[in-house]
This record gives sequence, structure tokens and C-alpha cells, in this order.
Amino acid sequence: MAHRASVARIATITLVGWLAGFVVFFPILWMVLTSFKTELDAFSMPPKFLLFKWTTENYAVVQERSNYLAHVWNSIAIAFGSVLVSMLIAIPAAWAMAFAPTERTRGTLLWMLSTKMMPPVGVLVPIYLIYRDLGLLDTRVGLIALLCLGDLPIVIWMLYTYFKEIPMGILEASRMDGIGPVREVVFVLAPMALPGIASTILLNVILAWNEAFWTLNLTTSKAAPLTAFIASYSSPEGLFWAKLSAASTLAIAPILVLGWLSQRQLVRGLTFGAVK
Amino acid sequence: MATQQSRALGRILVAPSVALLFLWMIVPLGMTIYFSTLRYQLLNPGTERFIGVENYTYFLTDPAFIKSLSNTLTLVGSVLAITVVTGVLLALLLDQAFVGRSVVRLMVIAPFFVMPTVSALVWKNLLMHPVSGVFAWVARSLGFTPIDWFARLPMLSVILIVSWQWLPFATLILLTALQSLDTDQKEAAEMDGTGPLPFFFYIVLAHLARPITVVILIQTIFLLSVFAEIFVTTGGGPGLATTNLAFLIYGQALLQYDVGGASAGGIVAVVLANIVAIFLVRLIGKNLDR
Repeated sequence: MAHRASVARIATITLVGWLAGFVVFFPILWMVLTSFKTELDAFSMPPKFLLFKWTTENYAVVQERSNYLAHVWNSIAIAFGSVLVSMLIAIPAAWAMAFAPTERTRGTLLWMLSTKMMPPVGVLVPIYLIYRDLGLLDTRVGLIALLCLGDLPIVIWMLYTYFKEIPMGILEASRMDGIGPVREVVFVLAPMALPGIASTILLNVILAWNEAFWTLNLTTSKAAPLTAFIASYSSPEGLFWAKLSAASTLAIAPILVLGWLSQRQLVRGLTFGAVK
Repeated sequence: MATQQSRALGRILVAPSVALLFLWMIVPLGMTIYFSTLRYQLLNPGTERFIGVENYTYFLTDPAFIKSLSNTLTLVGSVLAITVVTGVLLALLLDQAFVGRSVVRLMVIAPFFVMPTVSALVWKNLLMHPVSGVFAWVARSLGFTPIDWFARLPMLSVILIVSWQWLPFATLILLTALQSLDTDQKEAAEMDGTGPLPFFFYIVLAHLARPITVVILIQTIFLLSVFAEIFVTTGGGPGLATTNLAFLIYGQALLQYDVGGASAGGIVAVVLANIVAIFLVRLIGKNLDR
């Protein structure tokens, strides 16, 4: 009896759970389906769910008409470039704060975090004018520099929490064995730090890929990443739903996969250790 | 613990980050404050002059400011309410054991990884279009008249899109917190015969109070700066219906070229965000001590 009740319960929860998941995921699913329709089918009423003529022509057209790959390359260069540069600056800092903390470390960390809370629109005017005068508007270098500074607090913070978890006991044991400082870093610390470093890169690449304030305001065409390119579908071209969907699907697919892989780090990276 | 030598090395290693962030904080912010005291039109270079707090009085008494401030608060408040309430329910659901839970979990967190311009345009065109959108079809199938979302309810449309984007964040954090709820505590409550409602209010919600605070503070920081979703859907309109503070300042700066006015607005936005940030930094700082 009790067994039957629990089966019914699990069946109900399963049904409700899948229904909720389907509703939340539906916009993405619908976008992917639409990307394989002809423009005519994309508009059809009632909507065609699976029984339509599947086509991949939208993907080809998007590339032909707008040099899509150039924007993909901009997104890759800007997202990975900004994160890698900020890693180079952040790793030594996080390292020092985790392994040789002073009485000022806590304050420094919190201050760094507080810079992330400044609304970008508060510095839009000076950044725009500086970039105009330096010829950095609509350049990849300009965006990499800017996003790198924006990433820096989160990168340092995440690395710090990962480094903190490296057990000091192992370090002390290897020191007792008379290991030198260089070999200590290469053979003992680096292997233990790598997973944390990889997670930090992953989450911050995702955030940089989707950044849409500076990319929209500081690029026009040449250096425009996918966020800005998709925005160009907002006016008349928005009428081409199938092509909008194809361009969008390509733009989010790789990052969605990375995001799914990094779901554990997401909580950690975005709550700064306030939720465990 | 730290020796003299390692302290010196530590300082050298931390210095570049501190210097860069300091420059990034101080230089542009200082320039914004300076510009905010000038009459400065980008189209008439060389005519800048000091006018004190005139930009602030102009900006703060501008009806557009009042409207955009109330829009900002509406947007932030509504999205917070929707995401926290729905997030708690979804987290409770995903905390149960059911068939295919890990797949559903992936489906639920997916919207967070969709870039804002994509989610806004997909919602506006594919879902909310008054004639060919999926919502219109659903409404017609149920015998209702389809809603012309962006013409009739522009603010609600933006709120729905932004809520969809942030729902995964709230859900994931609340779910993480739920999973750390002590099983001992759960069992004790069960043994005492605690009913489901008291259990929810006295044990679950009490346990979630802190993570909910974190969700609210972090989301507020980001929601105060919502921009791309408005940029690609309504352009702040119709009229000022969906102009929030960030969008108003953007328009003042890059559409009207009023550097002084936009800078004054920027400082107002910074002050607003800082009020929230103080609470958030305190909360995180407390946690750092433990």
C-alpha cells in the first residue's frame, strides 16, 4: 500500500517536474526548431511543431549574407582574450592572498569585489570619450581591455576560494622533504590548483561571451561580437525569424554546453562564497 | 605565519591587480564627476564651462528621470518577486527525487546562458508577436483575444523576459542551499509529525532566508543595469514606458550628446547601486570571517 502510494507520488512529481522543465526551456527549444524552418513555415499559424519541411538553408544564408564567422571570431577573441589576460594578472594576486594572507587581505578582497558593483552606465561617458580619443572604439583590443577589468574581481575572488581549499598539510609535508620553491609550485601546487583555474576560466568565458552593455555601446561593425550582431536583427531584419533563429542558435549553442558543464561553479562564482 | 620575505613578495604579486582596479575605479569615476559639473555638448566642442550642480538639478527634476526611476524600481521589484517565488517552488521541485531530474535541471538552468540580445529578440518575435507568436496561438486556442504584448504591456513584456533570464540563477542557488538542509533536521520534523505547511514555513523558508537575501542583493546589482533587453526590443518606448535609468543615461549621452547631463545621471546611478552594494559586501564579508 505504502509502496503504491510512493510510486504514484514519484509519477506525479516526475510529470510536474518535466512539465516545469519544458515550460522554462520552451523558448530555446522553439528557437532551435524555428531555425530549421523555411521563413514561410516560421510564420505559419497555427505553428508547426515538428511536421514541417526541415531545412538547413538558414544557416548557410546567415553566413553568406553577413559574414557571420567574422562575428564568431570576434566573440571568441574578446571572451577568451579578456579572461586569459585577467587570469595572468589575477593568479599571482589570488595566490599571494590565499597562501600569505596579511591583515589587509580581507579588506582588499572586499574592495575588489565592490568595484564589480559599480553600474557600467556610471562610467559610460568617460570610457566612450577616452576610447574615441585613443581610437579604441569598435576594436577588439579595446573590448578585451575593458572586459578584462570587469572580469578581474570575480576571477580573483573565485581563484582565491579555490586556492584556499588546497590543503596546507601536503605543502608542509613536501617542504619537510626539502623540495625547492620552484618544484613546489610545479609539482605540488599546480596540479592541485588546475581544476580551480579551469573552472574560473570556464565561468568567466561564459560571462564575457554574453556581456551586452559594452559590446553594444562600443562596437558598430568591425569588432562586433555575436551579442551586437544579433542586436542588428532588432529592426527590419527581425522579420526573418528563421534566420534570426539560426544565427541565435549558433551563437548560444557552444556556450550553453559550456554552461551545463560548469553548473556547479556557477553558484560558487556568482555568490562569492555566500551560499554553499 | 607569513615571514617578512613572503609578505614583500605577496605585496608585489597583489600590486598589479590592485593598481589596475584602482585606476579602473578612480579615473573614469573621477571624470564622470568632473563632467557632471560642466555644460558639455559633444557636438559643440570647446564650449565646456563650469556650471556647478546645475546638471544635477536639471536631471533630478526632469520628469523623464522620475519616470525612469519608477520604471527601474518596477522592473527590479517585479523581477525579484517573480524569480524568488518561482525559484523557491522550482528548487523545492528539483530537490525531490524523480525520473530524469538531472535532465530537467539542465533545462531549467539553460536560460541563464543565453545572451541577452538573443533571449529578448526570441521572446519578442517568436513568442510574443501578436499575430504569429506562440502566445497568440495559445490565447486563440483557449478562446481569448491575443495580447499585443509590446504595444499594450511593454513594461510587463520586458519584466517577463528579464525574469526568464534570471529564474535559473535564483533556482540554482536556492536548490544548492536546500540540498545543504540537514537530513537530521528533516527527519526530526517528520518524527514530530510536523505538517507540510509548518515544515515549509518554519524549517525550509527559515533555512532559505539567507540564500534568498543573497539572491536578492546580487540580482538587484545586475537588474539596476538592465540594458540590452530594452535596447533591442522597445528602445525605451513607447514614449518613456520602458526607459529605465541605465537606458535614460545612455540616451542622454550617445543619442543627445549631452555629456554633462548624462554624467550627472551616471553618478545618480552609482549612488543607487552603492546603497545595495553596501549590504551585499557586508553580508559577504561576514561569511569570509567564518
